Amino acid sequence: MVAKDEKYQTDALIAEDIDAYLEAHQHKSMLRFITCGSVDDGKSTLIGRLLYDTKMIFEDQLDALEADSKKVGTQGQNIDFALLVDGLAAEREQGITIDVSYRFFTTEKRKFIVADTPGHEQYTRNMVTGASTADLAVILIDARQGVLTQTRRHSYLVKLVGIKHVVLAVNKMDLVGYDQGVFDKIIADYHEFATSIGIDSYTAIPISGLAGDNIAQLSDNTPWYSGQSLLEHLENVQLDVALNQDKAFRMAVQWVNRPNLDFRGFSGQIAAGSVKPGDKVRVVPSGKTSTIKRIVTMDGDLEVAVAGQSVTLTLADEIDCSRGDVIAAAESPPEVADQFETTIVWMSDEPLLPGRSVRMKIGTQTVSAHVQQPKYQIDINSMQHLAAKKLELNSIGVAEVATDKPIVFEPYDSNRDMGGFILIDKNTNATIAAGMIHFSLRRSKNVHWQPVDIDRDAHCRLKNQRPLVLWFTGLSGSGKSTIANEVEKRLHFMNRHTFLLDGDNIRHGLNRDLGFTDADRVENIRRIGEIAKLMTDAGLIVLTAFISPFRAERQMARAMLPDGEFIEVFVDTPLQVAESRDVKGLYKKARSGELKNFTGIDSPYEEPVSAEIRIDTTKMSAREAARHIVNQLFGLDEAD
Amino acid sequence: MNLTHLERLEAESIHIMRELVAEAENPVMLYSVGKDSAAMLHLAKKAFFPSTPPFPLLHVDTTWKFKDMYALREKAAKEAGMELLIYQNPEAVERGINPFDHGSLHTEMWKTEGLKKALDHYGFDAAFGGARRDEEKSRAKERVFSFRTAKHRWDAKNQRPELWNLYNARKAKGESIRVFPLSNWTELDVWQYIQLEDIEIVPLYFAAERPTVVRDGMLIMVDDDRLPLQQDEAPVQRSIRFRTLGCYPLTGAIESHAATLPEVIQEMLLTTTSERQGRAIDHDSSGSMEKKKQEGYF
Repeated sequence: MVAKDEKYQTDALIAEDIDAYLEAHQHKSMLRFITCGSVDDGKSTLIGRLLYDTKMIFEDQLDALEADSKKVGTQGQNIDFALLVDGLAAEREQGITIDVSYRFFTTEKRKFIVADTPGHEQYTRNMVTGASTADLAVILIDARQGVLTQTRRHSYLVKLVGIKHVVLAVNKMDLVGYDQGVFDKIIADYHEFATSIGIDSYTAIPISGLAGDNIAQLSDNTPWYSGQSLLEHLENVQLDVALNQDKAFRMAVQWVNRPNLDFRGFSGQIAAGSVKPGDKVRVVPSGKTSTIKRIVTMDGDLEVAVAGQSVTLTLADEIDCSRGDVIAAAESPPEVADQFETTIVWMSDEPLLPGRSVRMKIGTQTVSAHVQQPKYQIDINSMQHLAAKKLELNSIGVAEVATDKPIVFEPYDSNRDMGGFILIDKNTNATIAAGMIHFSLRRSKNVHWQPVDIDRDAHCRLKNQRPLVLWFTGLSGSGKSTIANEVEKRLHFMNRHTFLLDGDNIRHGLNRDLGFTDADRVENIRRIGEIAKLMTDAGLIVLTAFISPFRAERQMARAMLPDGEFIEVFVDTPLQVAESRDVKGLYKKARSGELKNFTGIDSPYEEPVSAEIRIDTTKMSAREAARHIVNQLFGLDEAD
Repeated sequence: MNLTHLERLEAESIHIMRELVAEAENPVMLYSVGKDSAAMLHLAKKAFFPSTPPFPLLHVDTTWKFKDMYALREKAAKEAGMELLIYQNPEAVERGINPFDHGSLHTEMWKTEGLKKALDHYGFDAAFGGARRDEEKSRAKERVFSFRTAKHRWDAKNQRPELWNLYNARKAKGESIRVFPLSNWTELDVWQYIQLEDIEIVPLYFAAERPTVVRDGMLIMVDDDRLPLQQDEAPVQRSIRFRTLGCYPLTGAIESHAATLPEVIQEMLLTTTSERQGRAIDHDSSGSMEKKKQEGYF
């Protein structure tokens, strides 16, 4: 029983000389770390113990803790420190932590932020999230169990996220009689594994979270241990923020500060290096150079600013610079590219569909991007590379990513802030993945556009028309092909140069390798979009008649074309109407289960939210619809 | 150059504020006049200097705050050069909701409902709040950018993962985001920052002789004549101060002689009860804050 004992007294300095205490606490640094381990390893107990030993628990909390310990605790009459840490009601009932939570404690030397992340396999996502902001990881091992599969998994993720400082906390030493042999055996086992995945340094400490051995102070129970206590180690380890200051200067522009016409400042947080007035800088990707004029803060101009600080810079020259640009040391600017090899951690219930257009946020840049089919997936228990067509929730893979325009980056290994990115679903706006850039692909550096003399405009002038894509979308049997055919006939009579892409001429040829899974549907539409785009470059008016069930792909096709050249035509036929027509007998087959992945039956159709033209086929014949569409296109009166 | 913990926290908060301003259409800062709001407002001034912070301040008023709070509210907004919006839930005004006759309905109507209505009324799609993760267990896993449905609900199980310093501010029409720039600050950090940066806070945080009565074991300050007194009850002058500020009839004072900032911090560090204990709201039932948050309480 360790409640309210002698040890639990606040710092004497607080009572004796508060000014001296505050002075001491003003100069402390900050360390963010994560703890990895399962419920059984005593992770929550360790965090509770750290809070307790650093006097972060108030008496009312301690009273509540004692009461709770007796009621729902797992430690009999003793205090269950884990109850301090496990937050939400649902979790408390289950007795497990289910998300990332953050705890705070402080010593005179440092303020600590602990990301508490669960150890369950299905929650890889949470651990990667917690690790992304950490400088150090404490990997817990139950001394009775030794190195387990989950120890390997946690170590791999820690390495993946680029944490440089690893503490191997061999916990529950009290339950193995503080036996040095047990400890040494575990360290030897771990050493072999750690080396194999590239963790070349770590610090092993024998502890007991429950009994407090080697947490705040070295314990008499382990005289054979000559290292520091856990807290001492945490207080002295070198911080990443200090290491980043020695690198070349980089600051992503967050916001352009323009209070009046005489002031134009660029606000951001410095990602690497340091900066002083007079430094030569380059704005990337434009490549324009200038000189730093001032470092502006509310407390007065600074003579120097370093990685980690949020500042506002002004430049000596009026050059273009806006949100998303990176201001960097002129002689060593970061790379710019649009294709990368990356590691992706998938974080959404919906699997990754290769080729689908998603948003990518990296630094202050947000662009459209698509992930290619993974090269391989990594089994985080065995570290084996597995073949994979897609990535499911909590899986990790290596895949190429292409962006719709070049972005400024650095490999994640060199700079987390410049090489880490998130992917955002364009429909739901959910964060669906985290990624880390390895390197840019040579082909994106070397494949340059060959300028041609007969360009798009020349093709259009010859045909005397403005190219367009009329993108028909709707359920199977809604009448897309019929209406598109009528529209093409009308345009043909008007001497327009047209081409109709539909299932017959695409699915049987170019896309005959694709089926009807979600992933194949995405690729199908991507290819059709690309073909349609080439045809508009040739000056044609292109009509496409495909179900194209997903908003994201229609949006991707739209984004390939200049504004105003993509006309979405929603052929709006209710499911029961389309099904009752059932021209090709497909609905019947789908209902009987003979045909899988059929849109409207067992595969979703996402209706357009802002189609340029909507056709209600229950109110219009195909010919009427075609006339309506052509009238809309050329701004003709409906009465014509 | 070693950055101190306060310098790093400041830089992080500024980064968060600038990200939201760059990505949101119509942001607002919720300003409750407490010490956390004071620190947050100060950070906003720093984040956008020399510009004025490009959003208004919104005070969701209950009509029952301390007089000193109302006074500082006007002054602070004026000094920052920012627009101050004051919203009182019209339904609560009409029904005369008060802390004496309506119990927990008081907080629900004025604060929870009032906030939702205020955000809808002005069409704000993002709101800064001064909440900290160290305040309460369910806050510890709140995101910095916390997504709310069109009905203002918080789904603890379905939060967006937040990695590195990349915040996802994307949302559909009608949905909104609450943003907490002080997420990683502790109570001690905030006090130290207030001292270091010389930020003005409501005088009620400092001990002074004030008229008080004892109600349900809490020391209540008689801030105006709306507090109904029992027959034999007479306000007693006591040297008191407040650790948190809310509606005066619901906020418990502590007896104290700490009249300077270092003394207040000293008392805070030596004291043996946690910060929110002075607030009636957390005592309703176990996990009550979590429930209130799901319903839309800040």
